[in-house]
Amino acid sequence: MIGHRFRGTGLILVAILSACLTGCGSTATGAGSTNGGSTGTSSALSGKVSVFAAASLKSTFTKLATEFERVHPGTKVALSFAGSSDLVTQIIAGAPADVFASADAANMDRLVTASLIDGAPANFATNVLTIAVPSANPASVHSFADLAKPGVKVVICASQVPCGAAAKTVEAATGTTLKPVSEESSVTDVLGKVAAGEADAGLVYVTDIRDAGGKVKGIPFDAAAKAVNTYPIATVEGSKNKRLAAAFTALVKGSTGQRILASAGFGKP
Amino acid sequence: MRARAGGGYDGIPAWIYAIAAIGAVFVLLPLAAMVVRVDWPNFLTLVTSESSLTALGLSLRTSAASTTACILLGVPMALVLARGTFPGQRLLRSFVLLPLVLPPVVGGIALLYTFGRQGLLGHTLQVAGIQIAFSTTAVVLAQTFVALPFLVLSLEGSLRSAGQRYEAVAATLGARPTTVLRRVTLPLVLPGLASGAVLSFARSLGEFGATLTFAGSLQGVTRTLPLEIYLQRETDPDAAVALSLVLVAIAVLVVGLSYRRPLAALVETRTR
Repeated sequence: MIGHRFRGTGLILVAILSACLTGCGSTATGAGSTNGGSTGTSSALSGKVSVFAAASLKSTFTKLATEFERVHPGTKVALSFAGSSDLVTQIIAGAPADVFASADAANMDRLVTASLIDGAPANFATNVLTIAVPSANPASVHSFADLAKPGVKVVICASQVPCGAAAKTVEAATGTTLKPVSEESSVTDVLGKVAAGEADAGLVYVTDIRDAGGKVKGIPFDAAAKAVNTYPIATVEGSKNKRLAAAFTALVKGSTGQRILASAGFGKP
Repeated sequence: MRARAGGGYDGIPAWIYAIAAIGAVFVLLPLAAMVVRVDWPNFLTLVTSESSLTALGLSLRTSAASTTACILLGVPMALVLARGTFPGQRLLRSFVLLPLVLPPVVGGIALLYTFGRQGLLGHTLQVAGIQIAFSTTAVVLAQTFVALPFLVLSLEGSLRSAGQRYEAVAATLGARPTTVLRRVTLPLVLPGLASGAVLSFARSLGEFGATLTFAGSLQGVTRTLPLEIYLQRETDPDAAVALSLVLVAIAVLVVGLSYRRPLAALVETRTR
């Protein structure tokens, strides 16, 4: 019990410190409020924090939420996962989010433009595309160029969504033109088609491969570095519990969060 | 019939009207909210974009095809369920109606594991040279799967309420079963069949989850109007709202124009 408590206090201090670091960088008022938080009782964090996070963060943020609740007894993290643009639409429509973690800058910018972000968003992770094939690799795909071979059923994201925009960038960078059999609305749909063996290959994020268990194999390719997706996180303006929101954000950006994200395949921001 | 039902006193307390009005508002208000949000000056440009027209055309074609499939499969099913007697009939009836209550995405997964490459029939189909995945056929299969219960339910209802007196008479006069079916039964339940077909068409038109899961999404091949709306919403909410309104208009047109008359006829058959 005591051991837990000590570790908890340590983490809170780290959390508040890093929250201050980002807070100080953005606005004077942000710095003031976080300072006020740290001079008060650091163990007084309580209540519920509602975290809206991109679908690709599901496994990592679930772990982080458990970790957060462990080090801050009496707090509860409510997680909501969906496509980033869905979440933005929900927040604009008044959904009670305290923290928003987006899979790309464009969607975060939509909230910034709508004055719904408290302070400035901070980048906490990056992700790159990889080729996903069914574990048996029926079409023997080994490179990005193989995806353009006739007869290979390739599924990618539609260019309207971030993973599809990244795919287009890679196509342009490599000079390869893909003829997909389907352009899905989300990366999970692409992964689903590959995992079910319907598609011979798909373009997904590196981190998605681990989430799919053993059914899907990832084939990394160099040109993926041409389209790096950066994940920003921020406290939502109007949050009822900004201290708790800041503490969660700090956990994500801190060493624990970075360790968990790295083990899932995310890159450093 | 109407005169008897009316007759000055409708027997409905005023507060029932009040609650019914709230219910009606609950259904109509979201539609009105959508109409308000439509970017009217650009409405025509938004709905006549190449991708929108392609999606609309595909939706209408696939829905027509799946309605035809529903009629071909659903009429015999309704006849067997309403008139036939065999063990497990009630159980079969419940299972046939299952797609009505299943989330469409579950239907999509089920279809995937049946007709997909790795599915139950996948190998057989592949040997026969039939590729269903990511094809327009997959869209029609998904739509038929979710729309079939509407036709079966509707037709079975009118078959039961129509009774079998005329058929019995025809049979005693020496007509063969197929002749009775063609000349007596089907003309009698035609209104029920029509309303069932219209409902199936409307359900096919709105089909989303099973299509997304099972057929994929490619312009002109599998991306029907609901899928196009879902995708447009990501970058162009204005286009999504405009297209949604087009879908609502088609649905109102289909259900309002063709469903009202058969429904009235259906009620008449029932009360006879």
